[in-house]
Amino acid sequence: MTTPRVISRDATSSELDSDYKWGFTIDIGSDLAPKGLSEEIVRLISAKKEEPEWMLEWRLKAFRQWLKLKEQPPKWANVEYPPIDYQDIYYYAAPKSDAPKSLDEVDPEILEAFEKLGIPLAERAKLAGVAVDAVVDSVSVATTYQDTLEKQGIIFCSMSEAVKKHPELVQKYLGSVVPYSDNFYATLNSAVFTDGSFAYIPKGVRCPIELMTYFRINQADSGQFERTLIIADEGSYVSYLEGCTAPARKTHQLHAAVVELVALDDAEIKYSTLQNWFPGDKDGNGGVYNFVTKRGKAAKNAKISWTQVETGSAITWKYPSVILEGDNSVGEFYSVALVNNHQQADTGTKMIHIGKNTRSTIVAKGISAGQGNATYRGLVKVLASADGAKNFTQCDSLLVGDKCGAHTVPYIEVKNPTAQMEHEASTSKVSDDQLFYCQQRGMSVEDAHFMIINGFCRGIFQELPFEFAMEASQLLKVSLEGAVG
Amino acid sequence: MTTAPAKYAHYLADFQSLTEGPGAEAPAWLKSARDNAWTKFAATGFPTARRGNERWKYTNVGPIARTDFGYPLAPAPADGSEGLVPSYQVSGQTVFDLIYVDGVYSPGLSSPALDASGVVAASLAVAAGNDSLDLEGQVGRYAPPDDDGFAALNTAFLRDGAYVNVADDHAEKVVIRISYITSQSEDANHKVTYPRTMIVAGRNTDITVVESYRGPQESVYFTNAVTEISVREGAKLDHYRLLLEGGKAFHVGTSRVIQEKDSSFSSASFALGTTLARNDLEVLLDAPGAYCSLNGLYLTADNQHIDNLISIDHAKPNCTSRLNYKGILDGKSRAVFGGTVMVRRDAQKSDAEQTDKNLILSNSAEVDSKPSLLIYADDVKCSHGATAGHIDADTLFYLRSRGLDLDTASRMLVHAFASEIINTVNLEPLQDYLNTLFAAAIPNKALPIAGLVPSRRAKAAGDK
Amino acid sequence: MATETKKSTPLLSIKGLTASAGDLKILKGIDLDIYPGEVHAIMGPNGSGKSTLTNVLAGRPDYTVTGGEVLFEGQSILGLEPEIRARMGLFLAFQYPLELPGVRAWQFLKAGVDAKRLHNGQEEMSAREFDQMLKAKVAEVQIDPELVRRAVNEGFSGGEKKRNEVLQMAVLDPKLALLDETDSGLDIDALRIVSDGVNLLRSPDKAVVLVTHYQRILNYISPNHVHVLYDGRIVRSGGPELAHELEEKGYDWIKDLVDATV
Repeated sequence: MTTPRVISRDATSSELDSDYKWGFTIDIGSDLAPKGLSEEIVRLISAKKEEPEWMLEWRLKAFRQWLKLKEQPPKWANVEYPPIDYQDIYYYAAPKSDAPKSLDEVDPEILEAFEKLGIPLAERAKLAGVAVDAVVDSVSVATTYQDTLEKQGIIFCSMSEAVKKHPELVQKYLGSVVPYSDNFYATLNSAVFTDGSFAYIPKGVRCPIELMTYFRINQADSGQFERTLIIADEGSYVSYLEGCTAPARKTHQLHAAVVELVALDDAEIKYSTLQNWFPGDKDGNGGVYNFVTKRGKAAKNAKISWTQVETGSAITWKYPSVILEGDNSVGEFYSVALVNNHQQADTGTKMIHIGKNTRSTIVAKGISAGQGNATYRGLVKVLASADGAKNFTQCDSLLVGDKCGAHTVPYIEVKNPTAQMEHEASTSKVSDDQLFYCQQRGMSVEDAHFMIINGFCRGIFQELPFEFAMEASQLLKVSLEGAVG
Repeated sequence: MTTAPAKYAHYLADFQSLTEGPGAEAPAWLKSARDNAWTKFAATGFPTARRGNERWKYTNVGPIARTDFGYPLAPAPADGSEGLVPSYQVSGQTVFDLIYVDGVYSPGLSSPALDASGVVAASLAVAAGNDSLDLEGQVGRYAPPDDDGFAALNTAFLRDGAYVNVADDHAEKVVIRISYITSQSEDANHKVTYPRTMIVAGRNTDITVVESYRGPQESVYFTNAVTEISVREGAKLDHYRLLLEGGKAFHVGTSRVIQEKDSSFSSASFALGTTLARNDLEVLLDAPGAYCSLNGLYLTADNQHIDNLISIDHAKPNCTSRLNYKGILDGKSRAVFGGTVMVRRDAQKSDAEQTDKNLILSNSAEVDSKPSLLIYADDVKCSHGATAGHIDADTLFYLRSRGLDLDTASRMLVHAFASEIINTVNLEPLQDYLNTLFAAAIPNKALPIAGLVPSRRAKAAGDK
Repeated sequence: MATETKKSTPLLSIKGLTASAGDLKILKGIDLDIYPGEVHAIMGPNGSGKSTLTNVLAGRPDYTVTGGEVLFEGQSILGLEPEIRARMGLFLAFQYPLELPGVRAWQFLKAGVDAKRLHNGQEEMSAREFDQMLKAKVAEVQIDPELVRRAVNEGFSGGEKKRNEVLQMAVLDPKLALLDETDSGLDIDALRIVSDGVNLLRSPDKAVVLVTHYQRILNYISPNHVHVLYDGRIVRSGGPELAHELEEKGYDWIKDLVDATV
């Protein structure tokens, strides 16, 4: 059995003394633009990427919109952090080498870095049957498995490449789900995004392998602003995975990504995330600010399913959403969010029911340990047009220790009398009796805790592809270290 | 100098005529409380539903801010107003009635208690003048004017209201009915009143208080009420709030409750009518063993809008709370429910349940529900649930198979939905009164049923 | 049967054991020796301290031991963590087995077996080997194989939970099994299955302590010794005939007996 060690890996070096296992930095040298955000920087990014005029114009529109947004990002989120100086961030940091044509041309140091991360780019494709696009500091460095995909007409490449090679698709769909004016971070992303992944599945095609993007922030003080666009044409199917890590840095790093999913009639997109950005050390120093906008639009009979396991980041702020536009479309959100030490997570989903007989399911599991605070925040909105819409939401929180917090803030907005909304939530802790029961069967307190918490998350892990489920379980264990026993 | 932004000029004029006119004779502490509250109001004004203001996310108070309400300085004649007092009969030695017309106590209609037997149920203006009752340390303590513009405005116009205080260990069960009536306007003026209620349930007492608000169907008026309640150690208070304002009325009610050790507070809030109603209730469980049960029932129609904002603060360990609100929505009405259960750090062994259920009877009605849990302690039992939808199709069919027509069966089921809350009322005549009132208000029509949407029905059949 | 090997060391030796829960004194001085190969039945009315005794032996943190000593194979265990006692071979079948939502029985049992093997200096079992062993045990104790695929006790009926305890006992293969009212709430078929499972465990080097309120299960598992616990003390010990006497005369007989001596 090949278990791809996607994320679980020992550290070699880092700035901080931390238990984070993925905290090494890769010495690959970066092509850096000066810090700060200005029209010049936006133009520079676009020029570096040799983009067509329309792309530059779109970025500039977003940039001008962003300048107008005096107010800092949303205040309703249950997270606290000092104001971010947006002029003290590198907006362009690319590994120093030209875009490789094939794996053989990839900078050996980058390849080695990915080996270190447990992603042998070349072998991985063969072993696990997963196509990988690796993005370091916002620039796609390698995409594997192209041949197999091309045979079926599937496009899977970096966003930069898509802008050049498939402008008609990018121009048609970019911003069609998350407009450049959507919110503070999405607007910022629209102006300065440097890369990301692009996938297109043609009509009626069932993508035979999992598509995966591996994201890593390497450069200090750099922001990562990737943009992902996935289009599943009529009747197609794709399963897409993303994994994220970052070095252990003393300062906070900003990650403001945008993901857009387009599921046309009868199509299905399954999107899975293992988010393990550096969470900061035990005292809350450093860590990634993960402010992400993810949204999908489902046409008639289409289905979009988000599964996320969020164990990293100092602050997580994300609400993967589904706009259920087409009749009979289906949206799903399965989430595990774990906070330990000083981590904060305000995460959930939005299900917007527009079409008739649309259905959505939300299952969110929050685990709070240390001094962490986890908030589920979710919106279920049923418009007047959505006859027969149905939602079921379940939010369960588990508290480990008495210094943490677990919060549930659902918003239910219903404008249709034939809709059926159900929301349930509960809060609990690992009971002493359960622990004793496990101990009586020979397990240590730590193992018993982990086993019970893992069981609590099991329903969500089952939604992940098998190898990812194993990884998720590992991540949970590592992230809980020091919190129990 | 007393000032205000231009848009609040008419409130300022009213404030000055009160403080220089009939309000000038109040004790010094009350005058300074008014001035302080006015300064707060002038600075903050009415709340807006701007981004990030979660307390007012779904309710726009623009119509209140834009209407030129006037404060009636002189009490209206009580004649005819007694017809608006809720007409259920409760009799007994320890039943007291306090009735207010246009915000001013009506001695002719009331039966107060101001004797030595340990029960005070009297006009707040009268009680404020009695130094031995020491209202200074009580009024404004639990509902400070800082909370929001409405509480500040009410305090700025603090003149009269109800003061209830049952002495520690008073053995007899006491029933107090407080009715705030807005009278029909002689002219086209839109009245605003500022009822103020203060309830102190002494140690180990057993009290029932019914607070009702009512006015003429066709008048535009505004009731801005504040109620402060203290439930002392071991006391039991049943509190009913009847919101029966007219169809064009605005009502903003702010209630603040503080509970001591082993006390019990059961509340039920009933709302019918009212073009825009807000029921903002906060309960602080401030000592171990406190128990509260907060129930609510609202039935809305036409363009009515009701906003229930209910917060329970588990500040100390071993407290229990139950929150259960239910809504029935018809026409183009809208119901907002914001429930918050907060369990503070170290409030271990907290036990909280929260539910909000809504029945939507029309294609144009809207429900916005936000039942939140904020938990900072680990050894707790907390849950919440919310539903929005319609009568179960199978149940409806069951009734019809027994010969009931669709309309009758629908009404029966809607009434059954409502009766769960009405049945929490411990005062039988009041329960009967509410049953009649709500039964009459349930729209006489068949309900929209999700099961009748063709494809879902087919699927449901396929499942079996 | 090796019932008369009293010269060997006791498997479990309890001396003057007293314990309380909070301020409440429950065990008021228990003395009991259990030798390999024996089956002891501990009977007594509700509230006499039966469950407390088994839970204290297993190390449940809810109870405080206030005096006395407990030796397991000659080693004092009162200071040991519950999991260490379990790994040494002491098993408690719970009166109310806990539900562990999402925790699969397979994974749960393997963790227990591996913990014990590591404790004994052995290697962890391979998944394949464990799987075969588990299948064999499932067949042996006649449990529905479906129960092993589900989460531990989650949504199980009372009877299913009790049978699952017997399966766990068979898999973990303890030296001493403490069964805390494992018979209560079982119908006659389930009682037979549970009893068969316990009888399978009987061997010259192992011992069983059956805590029960009723004589019924003793028709299926015949004990060597019967003890009556009352108000935190063993007030009478005897052979199987004592159980029959109890069945006939009821617990009031014991109460009267004790009250008369006071």
